Amino acid sequence: MHDTDRAATGTAPPQDAPGGATDFLDGNALAGVLAELFAVDVTTATSRCAHCGSSGHLAALRVYGRAPGLVARCPHCSEVVLRLVRTPQDMWLDMRGCTALAVPMAPA
Amino acid sequence: MAVISRGFHGRRPEPGRTLPPGQYETRDFPVLSAGPTPRVDRDRWQFTITTETGARHAWSWPDLMALPSESPTVDLHCVTKWSKFGTTWGGVSLDTLLADVETEAGYALVDSYGGYTTNLPLADLRGGRAWIAHTYDGADLAPEHGGPARLLVPHLYLWKSAKWVRGIRLLTRDEPGFWESAGYHSYGDPWREQRYQGD
Repeated sequence: MHDTDRAATGTAPPQDAPGGATDFLDGNALAGVLAELFAVDVTTATSRCAHCGSSGHLAALRVYGRAPGLVARCPHCSEVVLRLVRTPQDMWLDMRGCTALAVPMAPA
Repeated sequence: MAVISRGFHGRRPEPGRTLPPGQYETRDFPVLSAGPTPRVDRDRWQFTITTETGARHAWSWPDLMALPSESPTVDLHCVTKWSKFGTTWGGVSLDTLLADVETEAGYALVDSYGGYTTNLPLADLRGGRAWIAHTYDGADLAPEHGGPARLLVPHLYLWKSAKWVRGIRLLTRDEPGFWESAGYHSYGDPWREQRYQGD
C-alpha cells in the first residue's frame, strides 16, 4: 500500500502504538541478524528507499520485530525497505524496497 | 544448582483442549504487527471482493452492519507458537459475502489497509470457516487487533487472519502474500505444523 492509497481510503498517517509507546526499534536492531549474512556491519551502510527515494543509514530504519520476521520500514514514508525471516533451514532477505546499498569500505 | 524457569511456555491446556504441535497456551492476547497500526475511519471504510474477471463487489460499513452477524467462538494459533483458546468474535460470514459473487477462481489474495497481504485457497473462506470480524469479546474490534474489521480464518495460522482487511482478490493462480513470499508456508495449517516453506 502506498501513501496515495492511504489518502484515498481515509487511513491516517502512520502512528505508533496506542498510548504513545513506540512499537518499533531503530535499525541497529538489524545488526545481529545481518552479521550472520554480511562480512561487514551494514547498519552503517546507506540505502535508498525504492518507494520515496530518500536515503539514510540502515540504522535509521524503523524495525518492527513483534512479528513472524523483522520488517524494516523507511522512516520517511513507512514503506517496507527490507524483511528478514529466519526459518530452521534458511535466512530469507527481501530487499525489494531498497534500490541501492552503499557500504563503507577501506580504501582499495 | 541451576534454576530453570519454564515460564508460561510450560502452561498445559485445560482438560479437553488440545494444542497443535509446537504450540503453547497464552491467556492474554499478544499484539503482533509488521508496521504502524492503520487508523481507518468507519465512514470511509470499504471492503471489496474482486473476481478474476474484474467484477467488483463493495460494502460500506453500514452495508456490512446490515448483513446477518454471527458470533463464532474459536481457538487462535499464531505461527510464533502461542495459542489462545475460546475467543469470541462478531462478524459476517464469508459465505454471506460470497453468496452473489460468480467466480471460477480457486485462490484468494487478501489485502489490508496498511499494505499487508496474505493468500489462501478460496475454499478455505467458505463452509462457515471464515468471517469479516468487527467485534471481539463483545466490544468493537480495537485497532491493534485489526479494527475496524479483520479477516478471521481460525483453522489456519493467525497470519492468514489479516488485520485491517480491505479487500479480497479472487485469482485463478495462487499468489504469495506478505509472509508467504518471505519463507512462510503457502497454506499454514497449524495441525500439520506448516510454518515454513517445505514443512
